[in-house]
Amino acid sequence: MEWEIVIGLETHTQLSTESKIFSDSSTRFGAPPNTQANEIDMALPGSLPVLNRGAVERAIQFGLAVGARIAPRSVFARKNYFYPDLPKNYQISQFEIPVVQGGSLRFFVGDQEKTVNLTRAHLEEDAGKSLHENFTGPHGESSTGIDLNRAGTPLLEIVSEPEMRSAAEAVAYARTLHALVVWLGICDGNMQEGSFRCDANVSVRPKGQAQFGTRCEIKNLNSFRFLERAIQYEARRQIELIEDGGAVRQETRLYDADRDETRSMRSKEDSDDYRYFPDPDLPPLAVTADWIERVKAGMPELPAAKRQRFEAELGLSAYDAAQLTMDRAYADYFEQAAAQLPQGQAKLAANWVLGELSAALNRDEARIEQSPVQPAALAALISRIIDGTISNKIARDVFAAMWAGEHGGSADAIIEARGLKQISDSGAIEAMVDKVLADHPAIVEEYRAGKQKAFNSLVGQVMKAARGKANPQQVNDLLKARLDAQGLS
Amino acid sequence: MTALPDMPLHTEFDSIDALRTALRGGKASALELAQSALQAAQAASSLNAFLHIDPELTLAQARAADEQLAKGQGGSLTGIPIAHKDVFVTRGWRTTAASKMLADYVSPFDATVVDRLRQAGAVSLGKLNCDEFAMGSGNENSAFGPARNPWDPDAVPGGSSGGSAAAVAAGLVMAATGTDTGGSVRQPAALCGVSGIKPTYGTVSRFGMVAFGSSLDQAGPIARHARDLLELLDPMAGFDERDATSLQDCDGVPNAPGRVRRDFDEALRLQDDAGGKPLQGLRIGVPEEFFNESLSPHIAQAVEAALQTYESLGARRVRISLPCTRLSIPAYYVIAPAEASSNLSRYDGVRYGHRAQSYGDIADMTSRSRAEGFGPEVLRRILVGTYVLCHGYYDAYYLQAQRVRRMIADDFRRAFAEHCDVIMGPVTPTVAKRIGENREDPTADWLADIYTLGVSLAGLPAMSIPCGFGGAGKPLPIGLQLIGNYFGEGRLLAVADRFQQVTDWHQRKPEQQ
Repeated sequence: MEWEIVIGLETHTQLSTESKIFSDSSTRFGAPPNTQANEIDMALPGSLPVLNRGAVERAIQFGLAVGARIAPRSVFARKNYFYPDLPKNYQISQFEIPVVQGGSLRFFVGDQEKTVNLTRAHLEEDAGKSLHENFTGPHGESSTGIDLNRAGTPLLEIVSEPEMRSAAEAVAYARTLHALVVWLGICDGNMQEGSFRCDANVSVRPKGQAQFGTRCEIKNLNSFRFLERAIQYEARRQIELIEDGGAVRQETRLYDADRDETRSMRSKEDSDDYRYFPDPDLPPLAVTADWIERVKAGMPELPAAKRQRFEAELGLSAYDAAQLTMDRAYADYFEQAAAQLPQGQAKLAANWVLGELSAALNRDEARIEQSPVQPAALAALISRIIDGTISNKIARDVFAAMWAGEHGGSADAIIEARGLKQISDSGAIEAMVDKVLADHPAIVEEYRAGKQKAFNSLVGQVMKAARGKANPQQVNDLLKARLDAQGLS
Repeated sequence: MTALPDMPLHTEFDSIDALRTALRGGKASALELAQSALQAAQAASSLNAFLHIDPELTLAQARAADEQLAKGQGGSLTGIPIAHKDVFVTRGWRTTAASKMLADYVSPFDATVVDRLRQAGAVSLGKLNCDEFAMGSGNENSAFGPARNPWDPDAVPGGSSGGSAAAVAAGLVMAATGTDTGGSVRQPAALCGVSGIKPTYGTVSRFGMVAFGSSLDQAGPIARHARDLLELLDPMAGFDERDATSLQDCDGVPNAPGRVRRDFDEALRLQDDAGGKPLQGLRIGVPEEFFNESLSPHIAQAVEAALQTYESLGARRVRISLPCTRLSIPAYYVIAPAEASSNLSRYDGVRYGHRAQSYGDIADMTSRSRAEGFGPEVLRRILVGTYVLCHGYYDAYYLQAQRVRRMIADDFRRAFAEHCDVIMGPVTPTVAKRIGENREDPTADWLADIYTLGVSLAGLPAMSIPCGFGGAGKPLPIGLQLIGNYFGEGRLLAVADRFQQVTDWHQRKPEQQ
């Protein structure tokens, strides 16, 4: 039987506010335990939460970026459950009425374009952490400690519709979402520190069946690789289970990266009754049209708008435009380079940024902001291709030299010093063509016998003689002219 | 060594205003006032009104007050002896909320109310007994024993602010803070023969109040009479950025100290201008639902007499109906426990408070610590609150109660819009009960809250002032309830003050025990 995998993601993004969502304690990562927890974070008697407007503004930015509805009135609720690192023993979270409603995300999976609708995005507070390892109590006994530095850190939980059909789609969605929140500056995107983590809801059904299968939720996936692996494993597990005559049980599972498998954490039957109710300490959150306008005015150009513009104004393909707008720094780099090239040559800049530059950055694990080849320098190199000074192939060598910092990273200086200037003198090329034809009569014979490959071989011989510097178009033209002339004689 | 007077020095003054004048004129010293009050409080330990007294802390505040007075500085309350209900967190004095759970808890910060009264110069004598986590109406639910009624030590002082009302009635302090969630300021004030006001929800900050029912909790003062209530309420009230439910403005007027006093002064001036019938034109709404069969005849008579006094001052009586009154009991006893069950979740023995001596895993530690730390009424309300919020019951109980709450508020809104300027009636169906009387039936106390709960659910300001005595045994105080429209604290106090200008119930004092 052919199976279809159905995936929905819930993504917790830590918002980039200086202070916590309901207190003025710092959100900085890595401070000594409990040094960033005040009376509110510790839930001391008499303390009350006060909403951080900066967190709301980041949620509004996200909502605008995905074309969602920003609720004029949303409500904070209490999610009640006992856990030692949850100081109030309830989490303040938007439940029935979230601040961001709907919206969608567009992205490429390979060269296929895909749109995934969002259900909602809501504000909530993070919990603290239990310290189990290497922790000793007051009498030296092994014990569990609580660090409340993270308690009250603002989170935006972004919930997608179950519209993804493969692990690859889920990863592409997550990458695009990650790129977007980093682009907006509302999240630092640091996955190691837990600033961006996904829960995946996975189910399977026979292809063509309208009804969803029973889903399992895999918690806390904090890398794209784990996300992909966990979904693949989980889908396979469910399919095998059903094919063996079993049934999937609705439950929460954890992914074990070391063993590359998911394990049951708790079933739906033992799940808590969270007893949600509106938090009486916090009035409903009112977001006025005026506030939305002010937030909008302070936002960068959105990836979707930029993508549109790259396609319409700069003539890029949808794919290239999408790739370049995955990362604001990439898009900025590209724009700066393209701006220095003649009209209509942006495509060339896109190829270079996504090709050679991107490969070099990956190889050196460098960020584009740190690229040794700056946009103006790259544009200068590309200009030499456009004006015929060097071929595309030679340009790659020049780029490598620029990357290494030769001659101050200047394309012109490198071309000059290495004598890489393309030979465009037809006299010189003709002489080389004649010599090659004279030296390889057998290949010429093959060409005459109708073998197209023989022509390419002759081109190669000429380029070899020119040490790659001959203008390829000219070589082609002259070779063809000579062979055809000989043929007539 | 000179013999100490039985009563503290401040009892020689009829009002905070008179005491303030004496202090400013150098005719009284804050230190001597504080010393005599501390001695009186200790001598009256059988009342069990105080939970925590720390003479060092009190005397330090008194000395600072004297220094300020000597320099001609200080605020409106400099040197005035007061005390706080033990649900306001305080640096220095322990804050226990009368619970074993917090028996040794000391807060690292002061409640906004405590801070504001301190800023105004008041000297605190310590912390006052109450029902555990403010849950109760007789002060019998205190983990540290019941407070007693100064009029009869076998009677309850009311609750939950029982220690506050008892301390004021016994003359141990000029005034005290209390909190009112469903009547916890008005009811003990009534049962102890003193005055108390619960202001409009949102006018006084809840920051630093140990939370019970967050959407209902509101701090208010207890004192002998309306003018002294004004002296405390005016500096207490005001917007506080640390409480998201505190209001920035009250019908367009900034919520800040001075607001209540201005309204009071203005109302009083209009009354004075009216001459012989100072309350001419005032429409008093008397809800028929407040005079049902459960109201004791003594109270009905005392309230009727008070209404006649008001009529003699020029006010007009209007019969009104608040049809949802009887629904206020079930609505309140769903909403308040629901909020309490969540508010009290933080007491888990992990970070502070009572932790069980022995336990298994962490969940067991929390369960045992809570089972041991909370008293029976608190546990009962946590159970009720947890139940009504459970999946499958939420709509039937919690949401339904919220709908009823809106209906109750609409009753009042309609009454004020169409019929009256102030509503009056009894505070309680009976005078103070004997300690232990309702021990077998915990819900009997709940039913006695019928006249106070609606106001709390609607968030309106209301007060209680003494209007007589009654009861089967020893005569015990009776309170008159005055309910105002939103933000009407100043006008309400002025209406109460007019009554107290022509009556002397508020000047009656219990015999020295």
